[in-house]
Formats: sequence, C-alpha cells, structure tokens
Amino acid sequence: MANFIDRRLNSKNKSTVNRQRFLRRYKNQIKKSVSDAINQRGVTDIDSGENIIIPKQDLSEPIFHQGGGGIKDRVHPGNDQFSPGDKIPRPPKQQGQGAGQGDASDSGEGDDDFTFSISKEEYLNLLFEDLELPNLEKNQLDKMIEYKTVRSGFCAEGVASNIDIVKSLQGSIARRIAMSASKRKKLKQLEQELLVLSHDKHDHIQQERALRLEIETLKSKIAKVPFIDTFDLRFRNYAKQAVPTSKAVMFCLMDVSGSMDQATKEMAKRFYILLYLFLSRTYKNIDVIYIRHHTQAKEVDEHEFFYSQETGGTIASSALELMNDIICERYNDNQWNIYGAQASDGDNWADDSPRCQTILEQQILPKSRYFSYIEITQRAHQTLWKHYQKVEESHSNFAMQHIKSVADIYPVFRELFKKNTQSVA
Amino acid sequence: MTKTNDDTAQKTQVTPLDDSPDWTFDLLGQYQQEIARVADFYRLDTYTNQIEVITAEQMMDAYASVGMPIGYSHWTFGKKFIQTEQNYQRGQMGLAYEIVINSSPCISYLMEENTMTMQALVMAHACYGHNSFFKGNYLFKSWTDASSIIDYLLFAKNYIAQCELKYGISDVEATLDACHALMSHGVDRYKRPQKISLDEELKRQSERAEYLQSQVNALWRTVPKKAEKKHEKKNIFPKEPQENLLYFIEKNAPLLKPWQREIVRIVRKISQYFYPQKQTQVMNEGWACFWHYTILNHLYDEGLVTDKFMLEFLHSHTNVVAQPEYNSKYYSGINPYALGFNMFIDLRRICEHPTEEDKEYFPEIAGSNWLDTLHFAMENFKDESFISQYLSPKLMRDFKLFHIHDDSDNNYVEIGAIHNEQGYKKVRHNLANQYNLSNIEVNIQIIDANIDGDRALTLRYTPHNGVELGESKNEVLKHLHYLWHFDVKIVQEMKSGEDKIIASCPQKNKDD
Repeated sequence: MANFIDRRLNSKNKSTVNRQRFLRRYKNQIKKSVSDAINQRGVTDIDSGENIIIPKQDLSEPIFHQGGGGIKDRVHPGNDQFSPGDKIPRPPKQQGQGAGQGDASDSGEGDDDFTFSISKEEYLNLLFEDLELPNLEKNQLDKMIEYKTVRSGFCAEGVASNIDIVKSLQGSIARRIAMSASKRKKLKQLEQELLVLSHDKHDHIQQERALRLEIETLKSKIAKVPFIDTFDLRFRNYAKQAVPTSKAVMFCLMDVSGSMDQATKEMAKRFYILLYLFLSRTYKNIDVIYIRHHTQAKEVDEHEFFYSQETGGTIASSALELMNDIICERYNDNQWNIYGAQASDGDNWADDSPRCQTILEQQILPKSRYFSYIEITQRAHQTLWKHYQKVEESHSNFAMQHIKSVADIYPVFRELFKKNTQSVA
Repeated sequence: MTKTNDDTAQKTQVTPLDDSPDWTFDLLGQYQQEIARVADFYRLDTYTNQIEVITAEQMMDAYASVGMPIGYSHWTFGKKFIQTEQNYQRGQMGLAYEIVINSSPCISYLMEENTMTMQALVMAHACYGHNSFFKGNYLFKSWTDASSIIDYLLFAKNYIAQCELKYGISDVEATLDACHALMSHGVDRYKRPQKISLDEELKRQSERAEYLQSQVNALWRTVPKKAEKKHEKKNIFPKEPQENLLYFIEKNAPLLKPWQREIVRIVRKISQYFYPQKQTQVMNEGWACFWHYTILNHLYDEGLVTDKFMLEFLHSHTNVVAQPEYNSKYYSGINPYALGFNMFIDLRRICEHPTEEDKEYFPEIAGSNWLDTLHFAMENFKDESFISQYLSPKLMRDFKLFHIHDDSDNNYVEIGAIHNEQGYKKVRHNLANQYNLSNIEVNIQIIDANIDGDRALTLRYTPHNGVELGESKNEVLKHLHYLWHFDVKIVQEMKSGEDKIIASCPQKNKDD
C-alpha cells in the first residue's frame, strides 16, 4: 500500500532558479535599495551582505478581490458578551475586517515592506554591476611579474612523479594494437586454416604441424610486444604563466585644510570605501595609504585621516609629492597596482596648481593604474580643477568628477568606472 | 483520551511499537502497516501511498511552489521561498508537518526533523486521511484526475522552460504574471472539465496551437465584411457572458502568440486542478484530523502505541485543532482544522449518542451507523453544504459562535445572531455562506468583445451584497490588457440602473 522514498539527498536549492528569477525581476528596486544603502548606512560594516527593502506594493501580485462597502456577514467564535441586536460602534478600520480577509491574504499580515537579505556576493555584484577597472588589460602585459604554475597538456619527457598513468596506458594500448595488428590478422587466418584442415576427412599431418608451428611463433611474437614501453610514457606538463599581480595599493589623498568640514570628509570617506570595495573584488591584498595635507602632507592612519581637525592653507602638490615618494620607497610599480584617489573641496593655492599637474603627469600617472580626483564643493571650480582638466584630456588613466551632495557619490563612482571607458590616449 | 468503539478495539496482549523519538525507515514501515490496517478497518479507500522523506529546505521548496511537486520557474515562487525561509528562520512559524498531493499514487512528504510520533501522525493524517478524501469526495472525483497531474505538471514545466529558451525569459514571465493575476478566473465552475492526459497534450499541442491561431484569424477576418453591412444589428460576442476569463483569452485573444495560448492553458488547468481544494478546506482538513485522531487512538486501545507516544501526539494534535476566540491576539478567523475536526467528531457523537436536540435537528442521522454517515458526508459535500447540513447546535454552543452583520451604510456593526435557540439556523446559514466561493470570489464576466468595432473588451462586475471591487482592479486590468492587446474595461450597474465604467485600461479620465 505504501512506498517510502528517501528524497533527502536530492539536489538542494531546487528553488535557486526561482530566487534568481526573483532577483532578476526586482533588479531595479534592489539596485535602488543598494544605492540608497550605500549613501545612508554606516560606513564601517559595509563589507557585508545587505538587507534589501522593497516596498510591498511593488511586489504584490494583483488579483480581483472584494473591496470595502456593502453588507458583510461574518461568523466569529468565542462570544462572551454579545446578545442579538447589540450595536457596536464600528471598530477602527481594517481591524474588524481582518478576519474577513484571512482567506485571501495569508501572506499579507501587515503592510511592512518586504525585507530580505542578499549575500555579500550578490550585494557587491549589484553594487558594481557594469563597472570595471580601467586600464586593466592595457597594462597587464608589460607589468606581469608574478608567475603561476599551470597545467599545460602532456609531454613525453619528465620526472617520474609527474607520470600520468591514464595517458600512459592509453598510449600503451594504442602501441600494442598497432604493433601486433598484422600478426593477429595472420594468426586468425592461420587458425582458420587449421580448423578447416582438422575438419577435413583426410589427414594433413605435415601441413597441420607446419601451421601449428607457425601459429606458435606468431603467438610468441605477439606476446613479446612489451606491455609498456618508455615510448608510452606521458608526463603532465606544467608551464609558468605570468599573472598580473594581485597586490594593490590605494592612496587616499585628502585636503584637510580649514575649508573641509566634517560633512565633506564623510562624503570623501564614502567614496574611498566604495573604491576599496571595488578594488577588493579584483585584488587579494590591498594596502591603503592615507595621506592628508594642508600646506604640508603627512601619512596618517585611518582614524586620524578622517577625524582629526586641521586648519591652514592648502598646497595640494605636497600630498602628490609624498605619494610619489612613498611609491618609490615602498611600492615598486612593477609589483604593485597603484591606484590613487584624491578628494578636495577645490581650494588650492593658485601657484601650486600647475605644479600638481606636472607631478601628476610626469611622476604619478605613468606608474599608476588609475588616478581619480573628486571635487566636493558647491562653489565654482578653481585653478586645481582647470589644471586637472588638462591632465584628463591627455591621460586615459586619470578621471575627475564633481560631487555636490551625498547622493552624488554612488552615481559619480559609477560614472568613473563605467565599462568601456573611452580611451583618450 | 476518548475511547474508541468498544467492539472495534479488543485489548489483547501486544508488544507496543518502539516509541523512541528517532525514526528509522524500518520503524516507519511498521507504523505504516499498523495504520494501514486500522484505516482499512474503517473502510478508508485510498490511492497507493508514496511517502517521501525530505529535509526542511525541501519542505520550504514545496511550500513555495504551492504544493506542486514539480513547478515551473517563476519569480513568485522565489518570493514565497524567501518569505517562508525568513519566517522560519526567525521562528515566526513552524513548517507544516506534511504536504500531500492529490495524485495517484498519492505523494506525501514527511519532514526529516519530525519525531517518530509526528511521522505516525502525519502518515495517519495525510496518507490515509487526505488521501481517502481525494479519492472519495465527489468534487475531486469529477473535477480532477489524480493519475495524470504529475505528468501534466512535468509537461508544463518543460514547456515553459522551452518557451523561455525560445522567446526569452521576460516575455514568458510577463505572460505568466498576467495569467496568475487572472488565475482564480480560469475555472469552469459548472462545466466538468476534460481530463488532462499527457499523451494527448503532447500530441495535440502543436496541432492545437496552429488550429487555434487559424480560428482566431478567421474570427477577425470577418470584421471588414461585417463593417460593410452598415451595422444592421450589433454583433454581441461572446453570445453569453463568459466567467472563465482565461478560457476566453485562450480561445479568442486575437494577437496572442500560440505559445502564449498554451501558457494560458497551463495556468488555467492548474487553477482548475486546485479548485476543489479551495472548496473543501474545512472538510478535507477536518476529515484528515478526525482520522489521525481516531486511528492513533485505535492503536492506543490495541496497546500498540505507548502512553509516551500518545502524550506527544495529543500535544501536537491539540495545537493543530485549537480555535482562538475572537478577542484573542492569535485570532485570525475560524481555524478550518478546528471546525472540521470538531464537526466530524460531533457527527460521530450524534450517531452514537444522540440527544433530544440532535434528534430534532438531525432526525435522519441521529442513531445511525456512524461510519456510514461519515463516509457519506465526506463523499457528497463541500464546505458550504457540509456546514449547512451538519453543523449542530451543540457545536455552535461549544464554539460560542456569533454572527456580525456589517452594513457599511451604518456606523455600527450589529450582532445578528448568537448561539441560542433563535440564532442557530441563522448562524449556521451565515457560516456556510462564508465558505461559499461564489460569495468570496469576485463575480466578474466578459460580456462583450466588440468585434465590429475596436475590439474593446467589456467585463461586468456584479457585486455581492453591494461590496465594491477591490483597489487592485486597475492593476489586474493591465494584465488582462497585456493578453488582450486592445482596450479593456469593467462596468458595474449602479443603483440608478445605468452601467458605469469602474476601471479601464489604458486608463481614461472618468469623464470619458
């Protein structure tokens, strides 16, 4: 009457397809939620998954259903106080009718938004969808300095530990077949003849003996074909493949002069975090160097970088010089992928801006993968912006953007790393 | 512990089955055998059981695909899975102990985490309770074909996957969305549907696609000719109002592609398959609860299960059939398990120990053979008729049922009837109506497709007791418009007697 089937070992994640369909369908909403989150939430725990919030009405699957009005007769259990004809003031909206709709919407317990979490992987994919690291391809070849051993087919010579048994035996079989094919054919033929002779009414002793002898010789010849020969041996071959280094260093340069207030710094911080996350998808190890400057530049730790107060004028070139020094000292551009991100409110000592341009063009940009400059200001651009514009025109690995408010950061970031950045060079 | 029939359970010296909490397949088999024996004793006729042991995650899967063992891919199932998973992880809900599918063989799922007691409960409940209901109830008998549903679902899944490859996920998804919106209007309520058979589906499917398309084309080809006839009389199409919206779309939507028609058909067939389940929730669950309760008690009386087993079983059983009162924070309407279970228990009581009141209310069944009566009730009723036939005054008193009359014209609600002599019939009548699908579901029918003109589709909403059509109507209409491609609108007869357009797509100003 009954069969038991153990399905526990059946493939899990049967609903993965459906989950992907769901994410696909709500990509726009999810993306919006992701970009809202990046602008709103605390920055320290950004390197984790994300709770996605989708307004419930966006998710609803409409069906025709009965609305308000009219006459409704309902039966409820547990009468403790009512008598026929009692008139009860209408309960506040929805409360009293909740029971009436109980059948229709078992999932609609409240009007909360639909919240669910996506994994860090899914989160980052959505966050950085359609973005790519610029200049990755272009510079890869001249800068490969690390080698990775990879399998590359088989070869006939090698050390014993690399013997590939399957390949070798395949070779052996092929060789044995090839070397004995004609003999086997002959053997078969002779055996056939012998059979014919032995069935013959007459005796052919002489002939049979000759045949037998010949068969014996053939058999021994076939047996002499060696089972395995050095010729058969195949060894796994390894080749060294150059891989782009997975080490990267990211320079955060920020103006901390009096004109930069905490809000502006927060915006810069968000930008740096995005950049860090983005780089961390490509590189295993990332060093982050914080350089802050007013009239003088200084390498500092993260906390000091973002939170300490400074006052004074602004000489941006000092930071660039320091960055260049650090590169020369510690980060050989053959081994490190160098990224720079500079944030400023655009204030700079006017005479210093041409110098910034020179340092960038001659020293930093040739060594860097990418250098981005964001200007966070509500005011008009000043000399630094103008000089940087010239840099941008002539260098493809330099980009600059203008940020006015927190909401701009993510779009600007996307703009900077948009796929297929046109190469000006 | 209530006692089962004295003559059925003879106390003999038997070794009880192992009652350790962990189950094994051997143990499952032993329990199953005993349960089957008792079920047979009570004349439960079932499809062959196929009992599948699954993990919690697989259970959530089954949940998400509304109990279809093989579901096509669609985002809504993903959404449901995420919801279920979250609720489960947060501990807001336990998973159902079982899911059972109306198919032959009857597939039921046992969850791995359940204890042996729970597995026995589930087997008695699903494999013999629900199973015999599927096989015996007239609605299931005449409206669903248990032997072919698995094949059909498989066909549907493959077909839709194929469509996705051929025509792109987005288009298929949009079509399915539109169909889902109209799913509860894809049911023939009065006409018995043809049995679905996989072979035939496959054989006829391509043929049908071509044929349908040609039919549709032919239908519209006549349009210019008719127009020349200067509108002698207006052609009304369809001739009679059509309440099966999906059927109408499948057969008549002019611009639908053949594969879309097939998808409409698939959704329609699945909807039809689930239609009896919607109509027999109270009975079906009540029947299953009654039997797991009766069967396990029978085993207990025979000494086959231990006290320990029974205590755990009763704990779960009581939770399942609990009915919170209207002012409890757990109250969310009448619990179909509670109502159904108590009605069957009560029915048995009426047969075995009738009171004077019972004899007055149920002269035919009071004192009759309870097993015959219960089988008859299970076979020949649906929720609505079952309640209006068998809800006894005693049960109404036990549940303390009361009826609220809510007229939106008044600023108060009125207690219409309570569980007293004057109120029994009224309460019963209203409770039965509450399970009448034609009162719950929206009455909406296609009345005209304007084939002489712009092919605008007109639907009529007929309110039940003056209840308005819900807010979602415009959204649903968008889906209908997606399938029909031409204007669609819903009209409703106002109190003044004229028709008023209450929704249209593309949306027009109300002055139009």
